[in-house]
Amino acid sequence: MDEIEVSLTGSGRGPRSEVLAVGGGNSCETVRSLLPRGLLNSCPAGVASCPASSCPFQSPRWPRLTLLESVLLLGPRPTPSAMEFSELIRTGGAQAKLLRGPEVPPLHGTLCVTGHHLLLSPGPQATSDLWLLLLRSVDSIEKRVSGDSGTITLRCKDLRVLQLDIEGVEATRDIARSIEALSSLESVITSFPFFYRPKGLRLGDAWHFHPPERYYKRVARETNAWRLSEVNEDFSLCPSYPRAVIVPRAVDDDALACCARFRQGGRFPVLSYHHAPSGTVLLRSSQPLTGPQKRRCAEDEELLWAVLAGARPGARGFILDTRSAQAAKQARMTGGGTEARAAYPGWKRLHRPLERGRPLQESFVRLVEACGYLAQSTDCWRSRLEACHWLGHVKEALSTACLAAQAVEREGACVLVHGAEGTDSTLLVTSLAQLILDPSSRTVAGFQELVEREWIQHEAPTFLLFLDCVWQLGHQFPLSLEFGEGLLLALFEHAYASPFGTFLCSSEKERCLCEVRTRTHSLWSGLNQPKEQRKLRNPLYVPSPLAIWPSVEPQSLRLWQGLFLRWTRPNLQR
Amino acid sequence: MEHIRTTKVEQVKLLDRFSTSNKSLTGTLYLTATHLLFIDSHQKETWILHHHIALVEKLALTTSGCPLVIQCKNFRIVHFIVPRERDCHDIYNSLLQLSKQAKYEDLYAFSYNPKQNDLERLRGWQLIDLAEEYKRMGVPNSNWQLSDGNREYKICETYPRELYVPRIASKPIIVGSSKFRSKGRFPVLSYYHQNKEAAICRCSQPLSGFSARCLEDEHLLQAISKANPVNRYMYVMDTRPKHRMQSWWATQKDIGRIIVRISSKIWNDEKIRESDEKKRLNAMANRAAGKGYENEDNYSNIRFQFVGIENIHVMRSSLQKLLEVNGTKGLSVGDFYSGLESSGWLRHIKAVMDAAIFLAKAIMVENASVLVHCSDGWDRTSQVCSLGSLLLDSYYRTIKGFMVLIEKDWISFGHKFSERCGHLDGDPKEVSPVFTQFLECVWHLTEQFPQDFEFNEAFLLQIHEHIHSCQFGNFLGNCQKEREELKLKEKTYSLWPFLLDDQKKYLNPLYSSKSPKFAVLEPNTVSFNFKFWRNMYHQFDRTLHPRQSVFNIIMNMNEQNKQLEKDIKDLESKIKQRKNKQTDGILTKELLHSVHPESPTLKTSLCFKEQTLLPVNHALRTIEGSNPADNRYSEYAEEFSKSEPGVVSLEYGVARMTC
Repeated sequence: MDEIEVSLTGSGRGPRSEVLAVGGGNSCETVRSLLPRGLLNSCPAGVASCPASSCPFQSPRWPRLTLLESVLLLGPRPTPSAMEFSELIRTGGAQAKLLRGPEVPPLHGTLCVTGHHLLLSPGPQATSDLWLLLLRSVDSIEKRVSGDSGTITLRCKDLRVLQLDIEGVEATRDIARSIEALSSLESVITSFPFFYRPKGLRLGDAWHFHPPERYYKRVARETNAWRLSEVNEDFSLCPSYPRAVIVPRAVDDDALACCARFRQGGRFPVLSYHHAPSGTVLLRSSQPLTGPQKRRCAEDEELLWAVLAGARPGARGFILDTRSAQAAKQARMTGGGTEARAAYPGWKRLHRPLERGRPLQESFVRLVEACGYLAQSTDCWRSRLEACHWLGHVKEALSTACLAAQAVEREGACVLVHGAEGTDSTLLVTSLAQLILDPSSRTVAGFQELVEREWIQHEAPTFLLFLDCVWQLGHQFPLSLEFGEGLLLALFEHAYASPFGTFLCSSEKERCLCEVRTRTHSLWSGLNQPKEQRKLRNPLYVPSPLAIWPSVEPQSLRLWQGLFLRWTRPNLQR
Repeated sequence: MEHIRTTKVEQVKLLDRFSTSNKSLTGTLYLTATHLLFIDSHQKETWILHHHIALVEKLALTTSGCPLVIQCKNFRIVHFIVPRERDCHDIYNSLLQLSKQAKYEDLYAFSYNPKQNDLERLRGWQLIDLAEEYKRMGVPNSNWQLSDGNREYKICETYPRELYVPRIASKPIIVGSSKFRSKGRFPVLSYYHQNKEAAICRCSQPLSGFSARCLEDEHLLQAISKANPVNRYMYVMDTRPKHRMQSWWATQKDIGRIIVRISSKIWNDEKIRESDEKKRLNAMANRAAGKGYENEDNYSNIRFQFVGIENIHVMRSSLQKLLEVNGTKGLSVGDFYSGLESSGWLRHIKAVMDAAIFLAKAIMVENASVLVHCSDGWDRTSQVCSLGSLLLDSYYRTIKGFMVLIEKDWISFGHKFSERCGHLDGDPKEVSPVFTQFLECVWHLTEQFPQDFEFNEAFLLQIHEHIHSCQFGNFLGNCQKEREELKLKEKTYSLWPFLLDDQKKYLNPLYSSKSPKFAVLEPNTVSFNFKFWRNMYHQFDRTLHPRQSVFNIIMNMNEQNKQLEKDIKDLESKIKQRKNKQTDGILTKELLHSVHPESPTLKTSLCFKEQTLLPVNHALRTIEGSNPADNRYSEYAEEFSKSEPGVVSLEYGVARMTC
């Protein structure tokens, strides 16, 4: 496994460096020969190599190299044991033309595929930049061959559509096959974050920026009604919860184990947010496994009772089920269900059905398609928009979150949110409710912490729906969020394809197994560099201690053009 | 006032328009000679001018009282519940009378008194001087002159007295042409582009029932095209949609025949026989249907262009549909968008915009003069001419320039404001939101070109408010002649000086005044650029608006910057003074000491950085609707306040005891 690091001046992004993992069919030398000389001129004659245990970027030899230098690295660092990229890369390189949309001039050069990137080099003589695409960001690939050339259309996860016109039929086929194979690799530890070693960042940094434990400890300290439990230390109770969970002080670890058995996937009720002004809390969990026999669980009932008792005497609670009453009832047939009214005194159930999973995915795909049509036709834009129903989902998500927030703030009640698994729409509601209520979650650091704490898993496209809802909040309260659209767009990009490890894996357990924290960089370390930060901030931000109550009427919601029309919107004359 | 039977009703409820659970405020309703006033229990006042009332409805009696729904022309909708039916009936009848006056003299403008003396009033009316405006454009000049033909309104009653025509068009030609055009509205100059030496002209459609060619009209068109020294061909823009023209063609063969005959006279100058005529007629119909024309070459100096703007009736019902959709309680996103689409409103706005863009391009790119007409030449023609001029000339994008534009293309050229706005009790079929559409087009432009307009949205909304308010004389009547007969300049006040006095409120903080005079705007009319104008159609529905205004922030920052600059100047001048007096170093201390108490603003501005940009109470106010109940989140689910079922509350009590 060979690697090449190149420095890019980038288009408006400032200098940055990328490591290209190269394998098999094209040796490092081949790729090197394709790269613009400007990037490789001062390449040291010797090849740097270092033992697997040490990070080459910390070696004393490193500082001698300047930012714009490129270094050839032979790294015995994480090598895919089961599989070599070389088997998947079927091509050396081909002449190609890249079309990136109507307003951008096409790029010409030599196209080649490396372990993680698609690379278009303008040639060794050129002075211009390399064009790089992370293969992981390719969503679908379409290949057409005619005569002695071919065309590959790539649809990316960031909604870009790229067209590559490639010379040679064989070359087209090879490149298409390589892209297909490499972009759909499942293995986490062979993914790019495990190879990405940008300058200026140290491994292990920034993973401690926003540890959820810190928040939980603070709540436990301030309320006296909550405690940090290590019951999930080995992920045996709930594989999808982190090691540290925060639960009512009155409930012991054995009771928690019983609760976990009573909830789907072991997701027993835990604290999501503590609203200090009213002393009440927002909780989340998965559905109770009542089943057709309407089973009950004394410990679970006790836990929820303890929540109310801990808030203040006589506090009320609302269980916000993100399914319809009927769907919740039907879930009993498959072993799930919902809390029986009589079993949870003081708690009242509300049903606010939120779409998730496939219908949401389809809605998203339709919207992306509709936005793609803009370039061609101008008619029926609003009918198309309506047919996607995306904004309808935005409205439902926001109003449900508002309902939860209203219950916490105005009614002084505790709120437990869950759907079935308690992993997608549940997180949507709890995190949006916090943004509405909690001024600190509207700061850059607070928002990152919120994402880190709540969005342990991200399920496309629920996370995108969350980002859209946050954008709507920012649109209606242009002064209240410390971050701007840039941060939301960055999160969107990185959630689906990223050189950083933050969004890798789908649970804390997996992350520990893969040693994500020690072997990849955190997205926050990338985003929190002063240069990046400036671009992500909202210059109009004025801190305000108040809750922000958005309007959820259709007249107040807008299509997030910055995301959905990012690549298709004709430049408006300004 | 003889129409008012009840002046005060207590315990009236004002319903939340969008609430599905009949949320309401209770207060007292007052009826005055000019306004309806509601004061709620928080002492908040809602004033409704009688002239703003478009529709009053008394709904069926309910248990809580008699509902009274009032729809206003500024899109405010209020829903009262009056406890006693008799009171409701009295108010309803009074409002019916008060909102529909039969005589101009009963309108608010004739009694409105802003405490100005006659001289001030006169000066107000002289603020906008159209002769001055034509001079600014560069006319009269060697090609264009002021015609005195209409000085006594003898040629055309609905045109102003002063009209600009090509220098080579003599009075008999003008008179002849006017007889050939509907309502005598012959082709005259609307805007002259000094750089391109091209003109925008306007007129009405050719008259039906006329069986011969009209040489004078032909000459006048020739004269207009000759008045452009750069380009000899000109466009004739018919703003009516092709499909309507086609059906119109089928029913009105006569007119078609005349136009064919004339067109051949004008452009070919050859005699044609009946059979030829028929052929041509078909060809013209084809042309109208967009199928092209086989003999383009013969018509080289005039080019036809149809742009599809619908008539006043289509526009009225489109707006009606839009308002119905918006008024729906518990409206879903899907219904909103499908309603918006099916109302066609934004499509109509786009059509007007496209027409104006065509006009501006003809002048900028081809250097061609353009003659614009619709049927009578006072609705669509006004929209297209004024919007086209606005795209071409940055002067019209200033506050004063925009007033001039409205005075010129709308008021002076006889847009029938009183009929279109329904100022008097008249034919409801004459009412149409033509001017509202113009304002909306301008708003869309301000959205696309945030730095090119001196005024902001509030300015447009305020003008819209006053075309209906009948508080000022500007928009009363349907043409200049009528306005003179009403002696408006002696009996009423002009709106413009009042808007200018309040200028600060209407300034766009992003405006960069440095753009050259002829910086043309090229808007993009892709359909997603046409957004629903929430601040117009929901101006009074507070809960629907963004909760904080970036605009206010920028205004405040500007104010603060100005203050800081002033502080700097003050301090500099003080330093200078001191330096002149003494050149001793000891003085610095004294200087600082003396400056502080003298300048109270200094204190605040020095700690500017530590302060938030807004005073705290201001920030509180900008987060409107900070009561979540305003937003009706819980209405779609069960209400929080709903009482718990008996069993639960019992257990609730039990559980509390065990605790």
